[in-house]
Amino acid sequence: MILDGRVPPGPLEQKWDRHRNELALVNPANKRKFHVIVVGTGLAGASAAATLAELGYQVSAFCFHDSPRRAHSIAAQGGINAAKNYQNDGDSVWRLFYDTIKGGDFRSREANVYRLAQVSVNIFDHCVAQGVPFAREYGGLLANRSFGGAQVSRTFYARGQTGQQLLLGAYSALCRQISLGQVKMYPRTEMLDLVVVDGHAKGIITRNLLTGEIQRHAADAVVLATGGYGNVFYLSTNAVNSNVTATYRAYKRGAFFANPCFTQIHPTCIPVSGDHQSKLTLMSESLRNDGRVWVPKKKGDTRPPEQIPEDERDYFLERMYPSYGNLAPRDIASRAAKRVCDEGRGVGPGGLGVYLDFSEAIRRLGIEVVRERYGNLFDMYREITNEDPYKVPMRIYPAVHYTMGGLWVDYNLMSNLPGLFVIGEANFSDHGANRLGASALMQGLADGYFILPYTIGDYFARSKRTRPDPDRPEFREAEEQTRKGIERLLAINGRHPVDVFHRELGKLLWDHCGMSRSEASLRHALEEIPKIRERFWKEARVTGGPEGINQALERAGRVADFLEFAELLCLDALERRESCGGHFREEFQTEDGEAKRDDENFCHVAAWEYRGPKERPTRHIEPLQFEFVKLATRSYK
Amino acid sequence: MRLTLRIWRQKDANSPGQFVTYVKDHVVPDMSFLELLDALNRELVERGEEPVAFESDCREGICGSCSLVINGIPHGPGRGKASCQLYMRHFRDGDTITVEPFRAKPFPVLRDLIVDRSAFDRIMQAGGFISVNAGSAPEANSIPVPKQNQELAMDAAACIGCGACVAACKNASAMLFVAAKVSHLGLLPQGQPERYRRVRNMVAQMDKEGFGGCSNTFECEAVCPKQISVRFIARLNRDYLRAVLLEP
Repeated sequence: MILDGRVPPGPLEQKWDRHRNELALVNPANKRKFHVIVVGTGLAGASAAATLAELGYQVSAFCFHDSPRRAHSIAAQGGINAAKNYQNDGDSVWRLFYDTIKGGDFRSREANVYRLAQVSVNIFDHCVAQGVPFAREYGGLLANRSFGGAQVSRTFYARGQTGQQLLLGAYSALCRQISLGQVKMYPRTEMLDLVVVDGHAKGIITRNLLTGEIQRHAADAVVLATGGYGNVFYLSTNAVNSNVTATYRAYKRGAFFANPCFTQIHPTCIPVSGDHQSKLTLMSESLRNDGRVWVPKKKGDTRPPEQIPEDERDYFLERMYPSYGNLAPRDIASRAAKRVCDEGRGVGPGGLGVYLDFSEAIRRLGIEVVRERYGNLFDMYREITNEDPYKVPMRIYPAVHYTMGGLWVDYNLMSNLPGLFVIGEANFSDHGANRLGASALMQGLADGYFILPYTIGDYFARSKRTRPDPDRPEFREAEEQTRKGIERLLAINGRHPVDVFHRELGKLLWDHCGMSRSEASLRHALEEIPKIRERFWKEARVTGGPEGINQALERAGRVADFLEFAELLCLDALERRESCGGHFREEFQTEDGEAKRDDENFCHVAAWEYRGPKERPTRHIEPLQFEFVKLATRSYK
Repeated sequence: MRLTLRIWRQKDANSPGQFVTYVKDHVVPDMSFLELLDALNRELVERGEEPVAFESDCREGICGSCSLVINGIPHGPGRGKASCQLYMRHFRDGDTITVEPFRAKPFPVLRDLIVDRSAFDRIMQAGGFISVNAGSAPEANSIPVPKQNQELAMDAAACIGCGACVAACKNASAMLFVAAKVSHLGLLPQGQPERYRRVRNMVAQMDKEGFGGCSNTFECEAVCPKQISVRFIARLNRDYLRAVLLEP
C-alpha cells in the first residue's frame, strides 16, 4: 500500500496556515460533548491534555507514574530550539527547518518539519508566559546557546534542567485543568490495550497499578503520548520504566509502526561500568559547546590524560568535521567515537570511551563560568564515576538515547486508524533518521500545544461517530485478552527474573542492531530474538498475583512486548538497504566511512502492518517528496 | 563488599509492616543504591520470594520518584542527591544498612518502600500555576526579567517534588515544597497577577492534607536533593502574611 501523508498543497511557508483555515471546527458549546483520552503525561501528553481542556473538551489523562510530573521528559537537560533570531546571527524559520531536515538525513516530511520550525516561536512564548525560568542576560532578556548540527545559537535553556522546567510548565497547566474539572487524571494507571470499534480508535483498557483492577475507558478519540522505545536495548539513557507497550499494542490493533530502525545513539554518555548497571546517564550535548573531544593518537596509549602532550592528541571531531567541530550532529559524532575506539585508541576500562576535555575552557573562561554553565552536570558526573571533571577530562561513550521511529501519523498527527492520534516521541514524524539536539522538547510541545488541538477538532467535526458504550463486545474482548495476557505471565513457571531476558535482548541488539548494522548481523539477531523469547516464556518467573502493587508483573508485560518488538526493529533495519542518519548499514558507506543514502530506492517512510503472531508484518511505504529542498549529501566537514 | 540490609516490608496500606534482614554479597562500589536493591530483588525472585517494592524511574536525580530513608536519613548520607544518586562507595564492607519508606502521615505507605505522595499534586492543583491558555502568550522578550530574579526563581524551581523535606521534618511539614513553588512563580513578573491568591490556596490545601507547620530545624534543606534553601520559607511566610492581611 502506498500511504498518503495528506500533506496540504501550496507553498511550504503557507501550508500550515492554509490548512488551519480549512480544518473543520467544533463550536465551543459542542466541544464539551467530546471526550478525549490522553495516554502519557510527558511534554507531549501533558501539553495536549491541558490545551484540549482549555478548549473545552472533556479529557481523561493517564500515566503509570504516581504523578504526571515524573514523565521522562523531565530528564532532558540541554534546551529547546526556537527560531527567534534573538542573537542576530541570521537564524530564521527556514534555517531551523533546513537544519532539522538535513540533520534527519532527508528522511522526514518536509511540510511537518517546516511547521515544527514555524510553531517553535509560539511554543517558546507560551513557556515563558507559564513561568519557565529560562536563562537570561543581565539586561533581562533571554539567553541562548549552541547545539549540535547548527551554526546559529538558537537553543534556550534553564541551566541543565530544561526538560524539567518545561515539563513543570506543562504539568502546571494540566494541574489547573484538573482543578477546573476539565481533566480527570488517572495516575498509576497503565494502558494495556487499544479498543477499535468499526475501524476507529475509541477506547483503551488499563490496569490500575495500585489495585490491579482492569478497566475499560471509552472516548471519542485516543491520543498516545507514550514516548519512545529506547529501552528495548535494556541499557539506554531512558528512565527505567519507559517502554513500548502502549504503541506496540496499538500496532497489534492495526496502527502502522513507522521506521522502527531509526534509533538515536547519543555520543556523550557516561561509559558502562559493569553488569550491575540499570541505565546509562547522559551528559548533555551542551557540554560540547566548551568541551573538546579527543583520544590519544597512539593505539593502546595508557598514560593518564594529563601526561599525553598536545601533539599526541587527536581531536578527531575537529579534524574530521572542521566546520562543525565538536558540535557535529549526534549520529556523526557517535560513529566517529566508535571508529576511534574500534581502532584501539579508546580510553578507560575496555577502551570504550573518549575524552571530553574542559581544560581549555577552564583556562579561557575561568572555573567559575564553567561551573555556572555546567555545574550540575559536572557534579552528576563526579558522583557516578568518582572522578573530578574540573581536574581530569570526562570519559564518554555513545549510548541509546532517543527513537525517531514510532507510530505512523499523517500531517494531522492521526494514525492510519482514524481517531488514534500519536504525538511526541511516540510518533515518527519530524526527525527523520536522526534528531538534532534540543528538538525533542520542541516537537513534543509543538504537537501538544499547537498542532493536535487544531487537527483533532477536524476529526470530530467530520466524523459522525460518537463515543461507544464500553459494554460493547469490542471492549469486552479487549479486556478479556488483557486479563489472559496477565494470567499467562503469572503462570510462567521458571525461576529467572524478567530482567535477565531483557538484558540479554539488549546486548544482542546493541551488538547487532546498534551503532552499525549489517545484513549478517541483522539476520543473526532475527534468529536469536525468538530464542530468547521462547526461553522467557518458559524460564521467567513473575512473582505475586494479579491484584495489588506488583512491579514484577508490570515489568514482565513490558519485557514481553520488547521481545516481540525487537524483531520488528531488526526487520526494518534489514529491509532498509541504505545508510542514513542513525541507521548505519556497513554495506552502504562512502570511502571515508560516512553514511551513504540511496535516494532512488529508499527515499520513503517504511510503515509496518501487523498481520498476526506468526506472520511476517507487511511493509508499506510513504514516498517522501522534496519539493522545496534539494536532496543533498549531508556534510559537516 | 558484603552488606546486611534491614528493609521495611509491608504488604499493603492496611497491613502492619516490619523490618526483614537480608545479607547481600558481591556489592561493588560503582553500584548505585537502587542497583543494589535491583540485585537483591533478582536474588529474591530466583528464590521464589516477592521482590522489595520501591519507586524509581529516571535514576539520575530529576524525576523525584525514589524515596528511601537510608539509615534514618531521607535519600541517605551525602548532600544534594536523591536515593538513585547514592553510590555504594559511600559504604564499607560489613555495614548494616536500614532502609525504610518516607514516614509522614500525609504520605501513607502503599507497599514496602512505596508511599502515596499525591497530596503534593493536590497542592499544585490548588494554585501552583500561572493561568495562561496556549495561544495567548505575548512575545517572550517583551517582559524583561532581571537575571538575579530569574536565577533565584530557578533555584526554587529546581524542586523535584520527591517529598524528602516532609520525611525529614518532625512536623511532617511541606513548607519547603510549597515555598519553592510559591517563590518560583512569585519571583517572576508573569506570576504577579495570581501571586497572593496562589499562596493562600496552596497553603490552605497544604493544611488540609495534614502537613504540619515549619519546625525551624531546617532538616528539610539538609536532605533536599536540590539543596533548596529554607530562605524560600521566609518568602512564603511573607507572601502568606500579606495575602491574608492586605489582600483578602
